[in-house]
Amino acid sequence: MSTVSTHPSAQSSTARYLVRTRTRLSAVAGGAGLLAVLVLALLPLTASRGLLQDLFYLFTMLALAQCWNLLAGFAGLVSVGQQAYVGLGAYLLFALCLWVGLSPLLAIPLAGLLCAVIAVPSAFIVFRLRGPYFAIGTWVLAEVFRLLLAQLRSLGGGTGMSLPREVTNEAGFVAWTAELLHVRAPVARDIASYWLALGLAVLTILLIYRLLRSRPGLALAAIRDNQGAALSVGVDAFRIKLWVYLAVAFVTGMTGALVYLQKARISPDAAFSVLDWTANVLFIVVIGGIGTIEGPIVGVIIFYLLQSQLAGLGSWYLLLLGLIAIAVMRLFPAGLWGSLAGRFDLHLFPIRRQLVLRVGSLENGPATGPSSHKNPGGNDD
Amino acid sequence: MANLLEVEELRKSYGSLVVTDSVSLSVGEGEALGVIGPNGAGKTTLFSLITGATRPDAGRVRLDGRDITGVGAAGRCIAGVCRSHQIPQPFEKLTVFENLLVGACFGRAMSEAEATDHCAGVLELTGLIAKANRPGGSLTLLDRKRLELARALATQPRLLLLDEIAGGLTEGECESLIGTIAAIRAGGTTIVWIEHIVHALLAVVGRLVVLNFGRKIAEGNAHAVMDLPEVREIYLGSPV
Ligand SMILES: Nc1ncnc2c1ncn2[C@@H]1O[C@H](COP(=O)(O)OP(=O)(O)OP(=O)(O)O)[C@@H](O)[C@H]1O
Ligand SMILES: [Mg+2]
Repeated sequence: MSTVSTHPSAQSSTARYLVRTRTRLSAVAGGAGLLAVLVLALLPLTASRGLLQDLFYLFTMLALAQCWNLLAGFAGLVSVGQQAYVGLGAYLLFALCLWVGLSPLLAIPLAGLLCAVIAVPSAFIVFRLRGPYFAIGTWVLAEVFRLLLAQLRSLGGGTGMSLPREVTNEAGFVAWTAELLHVRAPVARDIASYWLALGLAVLTILLIYRLLRSRPGLALAAIRDNQGAALSVGVDAFRIKLWVYLAVAFVTGMTGALVYLQKARISPDAAFSVLDWTANVLFIVVIGGIGTIEGPIVGVIIFYLLQSQLAGLGSWYLLLLGLIAIAVMRLFPAGLWGSLAGRFDLHLFPIRRQLVLRVGSLENGPATGPSSHKNPGGNDD
Repeated sequence: MANLLEVEELRKSYGSLVVTDSVSLSVGEGEALGVIGPNGAGKTTLFSLITGATRPDAGRVRLDGRDITGVGAAGRCIAGVCRSHQIPQPFEKLTVFENLLVGACFGRAMSEAEATDHCAGVLELTGLIAKANRPGGSLTLLDRKRLELARALATQPRLLLLDEIAGGLTEGECESLIGTIAAIRAGGTTIVWIEHIVHALLAVVGRLVVLNFGRKIAEGNAHAVMDLPEVREIYLGSPV
């Protein structure tokens, strides 16, 4: 070893190694996912309005769950105040449509963007708090936003207000949908919202997966494993967490805007509901599996099934939901998907980078050490 | 020889325990400096103060003449200071290769593509290439120590701080480690090495600093320092 040069990159001939993250399973999963999205996109041609409305709710909850999972599961920022950005996004949509006269299609991303802007000073406050105080801080912040908006008489004050029909039913993309599918405006509105929600959920998942596979994802994983060591090798933990917080505020705000465009009626208590936009989202992520992209997808399906089966039980339903969450946390601490993935080493969205020799097969290369009996496909829980 | 590192009157105490007591030292560009001292002398703490993991109560740290006392740990790594940890701190769920990738991508701002061959080269140098795709948390203690060295090297530091990396090695492994470190130094990297295995240390460094109870009690030519009575007293019984 004493003969080896100091600059290893110079002594090894160029590009002898390459990095692989895809696995056969992930390729199959990618194909299946694409097919599923295609089928879902075509569903409005046959499905009932009720089903589309249910799926709209499911997709928006999925987008929120993916956001919270990125925040808490990957960046370690356990916020219980994400309803702040749902509510802000929703109110901004109302303001932009009613006061500025923007089309909802434009108002949604702009509402998200403004949420990210508002998240800058908010982060300044809550990032000073550690651990449980961070969680409490985010919740207090959401309450502050709720109380402030309840003072805004022009947006309905404490009792709330509705979006007029010329905003909801007569927007350009609703008319376009009505013409395309030869349906009445109210039906077209449901379908258009459904498509927007599907697009939002799919884009959120793809963006998060891309993020996790690139440099920020590497930094987040390093911080999660050992923040002190991450700092010692140059990872700016504060900056990366701040960017995640802002990006999540952006998508959460857009989701809030879309949800309330469809509801067409807003009130501070509903838009900033900790139960609707945080407790339910937490439930989805925790039972599905925190720290995985698959977890929230599994979680939202279970959540939807439970809700549609048990909705008749009234307040007992919430109690039951809580009991199920506790049971899952006791029996499967990594969540349902997390446990399954751990046992069978399943990773539909693999993140782990495998170093492989460019020449010579993987089996002869460095990839297979004597004890790497598991085929590593991803690195999360 | 211009000084790469200058430490000026550094002080750190935990409660009433003064762990670093007005320590000043300088390390020339390209030099290899050894640090010795009994357990609890404050050697690791000195490294933490130099890397920014711990804030000093008083004193300054300068790198290449620039005052970096106010720079955070990540910023100091980017400026060229990187350490290995005495108690290994691997990224447990990341693979060995990814552990290095973090260092190369953030410590040296390489793109992932540039970093791949660089990291593979460091893995070859440190004897970890066969374990490249194993999770960091699955390594034995010895391999974790190798990973500490490898991850620090991945950041291409100007100043490399090594904290007891020779302990527990066999004679042959120790020889090859000495060779590796000598080669790293020959490549122009400045090294400060804390080590209890004195013969390994003396094979690489020319100058020694001795710490005891947080104070610098001796400094100078390595062999001369080892012959001082107060140092012999501390190291009584250990092979010199
Ligand atoms: N965070 C801390 N809080 C309180 N005391 C500390 C802390 N870190 C270190 N110490 C104390 O400071 C003293 C010096 O510790 P340090 O780890 O720097 O010694 P060292 O010279 O590296 O010892 P060793 O040879 O055992 O590694 C010890 O008495 C230790 O207990
Ligand atoms: Mg020590």
